[in-house]
Amino acid sequence: MSKTADDALKNPARLDLAHFLDMIPYAQFLNISIDQKGNELTTIMRFDTKIIGNPVLPALHGGAIGAFLETTSIIQVAFETGITAVPKPIGLTIDYLRSGRPVDTFARAQITKQGRRVATVYAEAWQEDRSRPITAAHGHFLLKATDE
Amino acid sequence: MASEFHLSQERIDQVKTWMIQYVPHALALGMTIVEAKAREAWITLPYDKKLIGNVETGVIHGGVITAMLDNACGAAVQLALTERMSIATLDLRIDYMKPATPGEALMGHAHCYKVTKNIAFVRGTAYHTDEDDPIATCVGTFMLAANRAAPSEYAQATINVQED
Repeated sequence: MSKTADDALKNPARLDLAHFLDMIPYAQFLNISIDQKGNELTTIMRFDTKIIGNPVLPALHGGAIGAFLETTSIIQVAFETGITAVPKPIGLTIDYLRSGRPVDTFARAQITKQGRRVATVYAEAWQEDRSRPITAAHGHFLLKATDE
Repeated sequence: MASEFHLSQERIDQVKTWMIQYVPHALALGMTIVEAKAREAWITLPYDKKLIGNVETGVIHGGVITAMLDNACGAAVQLALTERMSIATLDLRIDYMKPATPGEALMGHAHCYKVTKNIAFVRGTAYHTDEDDPIATCVGTFMLAANRAAPSEYAQATINVQED
């Protein structure tokens, strides 16, 4: 890891989120950005035809929404723990609640439990109405120190 | 019951084409269904820099594997139905066993082992060349006739697409 990313990530208060996203090309492919308001993060996945799964309805691809929630979880874990490496997913369970419409999607994640090696995370994605989530996911992520 | 299930070659070829050609996200990622038979599908996804999850390792993002397995599972469900039906992923659980090797293509194999009136049950594996050495495994359920308004519309629209 570069020295600057290292320093930024070591201190959650100064975590350079844009730089963190730069480390994840796939997040850029999905047009994912982060909106930070103090200590709260909301991720945004801009609509693009390439994330459509069913062009007839149309509906977003479940895999793209799953990847979005996984990325949101990874960002939240990095943000809260200030760890210096991208957390590795161990397992992820995704519940598809409503079909994703062809508009921008938002997500937030929260750490349910953080241990020394593993963090348990819950994430939800929504579109127009936060109280009507389209997808929910919970997963486990391995926290890896740089010296490992 | 299971052994009596027969799927026409026409239907198999239809699923092979439709589950990629009419799925923009599958096309965008570069997926291809390389093999298909009743209830089972094999998808391949070549390595690409845009799919990387961590620039320092070059390892493919877990979400890419999610998308590939979701698509493979959806194809397996269609291959367990004699007629096309609108389906939607209800849940998908993925376990990541090891990181994908940078530079190597991904393979995904899904098997729809049970279909009921409303729900199809699927499991899948992601690997490079040896399915016994998996990168990830998944289990999922799909709703059948997911959008009640969809089947007729869906059929009509896909016919239109086919004629284009």
